[in-house]
Amino acid sequence: MKTMNITLVGVGGQGTLLTSDILAKTAALAGLDVKKSEIHGMAQRGGSVISQVRFGDEVHSPIIHEGASDLLVSFERMEALRWRHLLAPTGQCLINDIDLIPITVSSGQQPAVTDLQERLEAEFPDAVFLDAISIAIEVGNQRCMNMVIAGAISNLTPFSAELWQDTMKNRIPAKLLDLNLEAFSRGRAVTAPAVV
Amino acid sequence: MSNEMFLSANEAVAYASYKAGCKVASAYPGTPSTEIFETLARFSDTINCEWAVNEKVAMEVAIGGSMAGARSLCAMKHVGLNVALDPLMTYTFVGALGGLVIVIADDPGIHSSQNEQDSRVLARFARVPLFEPSNSQEAFDMMLEAYELSERFQVPCMVRLTTRTSHTSTKVDVGADFGPGHAAPKPYIKDVARNVAAPMFARMMRVKVRQRTEELRTYSASETTVNRIEEGDRSLGIITASIAYEYVKDVFGEFSILKLGMSNPFPAELVRRFAAGVERVLVVEELDPVMEEQVRAMGIEVVEHKTELDMMELNPGRLLTLRAEILGDVEIPVVHRADVGLPSRPPVLCSGCSHRGLFYVLSKLKATVAGDIGCYTLGAFAPLSAIDSVICMGASIGNAFGMEKAGHKNRLCAVIGDSTFFHSGYTGIQNVLYNGGSVTTIVLDNRITGMTGHQVNPGSGETLSGAVAPITDIGAVARAMGYQRVETVDAFDIERMEEVLKAELDADQPSVVIIKGPCRISAGLMQAGTFAVDATKCKACGACFKLGCPAIVRGETTAVGKRFQATIDPVQCSGCGFCVQVCRFDAISRIR
Ligand SMILES: Cc1ncc(C[n+]2csc(CCOP(=O)(O)OP(=O)(O)O)c2C)c(N)n1
Repeated sequence: MKTMNITLVGVGGQGTLLTSDILAKTAALAGLDVKKSEIHGMAQRGGSVISQVRFGDEVHSPIIHEGASDLLVSFERMEALRWRHLLAPTGQCLINDIDLIPITVSSGQQPAVTDLQERLEAEFPDAVFLDAISIAIEVGNQRCMNMVIAGAISNLTPFSAELWQDTMKNRIPAKLLDLNLEAFSRGRAVTAPAVV
Repeated sequence: MSNEMFLSANEAVAYASYKAGCKVASAYPGTPSTEIFETLARFSDTINCEWAVNEKVAMEVAIGGSMAGARSLCAMKHVGLNVALDPLMTYTFVGALGGLVIVIADDPGIHSSQNEQDSRVLARFARVPLFEPSNSQEAFDMMLEAYELSERFQVPCMVRLTTRTSHTSTKVDVGADFGPGHAAPKPYIKDVARNVAAPMFARMMRVKVRQRTEELRTYSASETTVNRIEEGDRSLGIITASIAYEYVKDVFGEFSILKLGMSNPFPAELVRRFAAGVERVLVVEELDPVMEEQVRAMGIEVVEHKTELDMMELNPGRLLTLRAEILGDVEIPVVHRADVGLPSRPPVLCSGCSHRGLFYVLSKLKATVAGDIGCYTLGAFAPLSAIDSVICMGASIGNAFGMEKAGHKNRLCAVIGDSTFFHSGYTGIQNVLYNGGSVTTIVLDNRITGMTGHQVNPGSGETLSGAVAPITDIGAVARAMGYQRVETVDAFDIERMEEVLKAELDADQPSVVIIKGPCRISAGLMQAGTFAVDATKCKACGACFKLGCPAIVRGETTAVGKRFQATIDPVQCSGCGFCVQVCRFDAISRIR
């Protein structure tokens, strides 16, 4: 298959890294060549976090060219704009409908973005918006927001739900597994492509 | 049969060491190398693995393991090698007995470091074989080869990772026979001429090192399979190594490539053969032109270009620019940037961080603060703005003393974390005392190595493998040295901290002040409570904003519209109570 490039962005502490890990391991389980690259460190708390997953028959660079992500998954609304330049012209964008106000704004050092929704709509006319946190709360724990997002990602990747669930079973501690599987299924259901 | 795992290069290094039968392993944490030993700890039933107090000691422990005949491992980030270079520069003369592998993780692009430096230069300097894996599988395979090579040529070997390889995960075939290795330890050799680097012996060793380097050059040119020519279009031949190889495969994939997995000693014969078979030679490497200069020194012409590649992290985009310049057959895609003017998200001290109160006080006392490296480096940024300088681990104390000697007239102090103090603070405070300084050294003692992800240290009471360890009392150390003025203050008591620091900063004698408070994450206190602001009492004075706490957020403006009331984000608040202490209007109280 042609290599698929997925970029996941968010804010430290949102669980982006677990999501990209499960995505990458699912691709590996499907028998593909995979590279998952992430930058953490100084971004541990409250900073921007980015992780990139590439899979296909043979993958070399772990870094995705600017303008070459087939899918941009943003765990926070403003981060989608920050990383807009990574998305391919034909790429898809999945945006978690949540705002985390940066400290530079809450402390008054930098102005807030007042036209965020307009800018998002202009930049990503076809984006899928997902209220993952509300779904996670309904499921029973807001911390499984990242698996709601994983469920939504699963609709945009060529792997079966079963394969995703197998990876989750290997990766998530047993006592949290059912909750996370439920979160995954809900995220997958709400973003399922309409059957024509 | 293959036995596939999905590993980062850091994890692969640990898995390979286990399989190679490594017995002694010592390291000091540092991004991006830290996960090597965090992974290795899983194998502590067969590997004696530890967090050393610093990289020099780690290197010395690993050398000891090798001298006693055991396979040994040492790992650190690039700047760690500066600290550990002294023992390495002489063990390279003595030569390894048990295989010794030193893993260095460079940080091109300075994702999480104080500088950018290319360790390949130091591998040449130390005359040690250098392996440069491009991915996790290669990291695994090259580690195994490095242990073997180290024993065969009696030489310490270096394996160099970079942030990108360290933190990229790929499939790794660890082999159907994966399990604890049983490399037989080499019998210890007691032999002064071999192990004692005194001048008369060192001169003999020096000659042997020259001879060994030439033998290793033959190995790298004709024996190892990690150096290989990948035939392609011969109008261009590209010499590359490390992660740059992967980018070359994506951007220049159709051309002939000489891939160097072992780049030192430089395989001159192989390079010459490759160059003779292609029309033009291009060298693509990340950071310093280490290979390019050696190719040129051999009299081989190398393609000149204006595309700058010799600093910061490489990426496929930079190589595309290079290709557009030298071949002119690609278009640089127009990149759609939408990020102009977005507010940034800098890293900040966590809500409830025990370091925050000190910086609030030092800022208020308008002290000159020589800083150090750790989470507390973030005390340099607004609104705390308390730290004046940061150089390298342990430098704060000597830096402050030098400023005193230069006649700098202000309240002067050094601020250093506990792990950093254990790493290289002892000698600094002793120097201040011995040479008659009056510097106040403030140790931020949170009992953990926070910055690199909460590794235990000699203040934690525990080791890497989970054993109970004695706790070093920093105050007792200072008193034993001869410090008369040693104080310990609760990190969460701002009033007392101010009182003590005023006295110590103004005193003519040197002092050590220990600020004690647990790292909120590692102590599991991130949900320890929640505070709230009573809007009817908040006078919008802004005192709490000066704490720079991520949970304290601007609220409504006052009637005049110039100032803002404070509110507290209940999700982020961890209940430390610093804000209650700085509010003069009793407007903040605990709600949970
Ligand atoms: C020579 C060297 N080794 C390792 C590092 C990586 N590093 C940065 S800060 C730090 C330790 C910080 O721990 P501590 O002093 O306890 O402060 P904290 O982060 O807990 O506040 C380390 C190991 C480095 N920068 N330089």
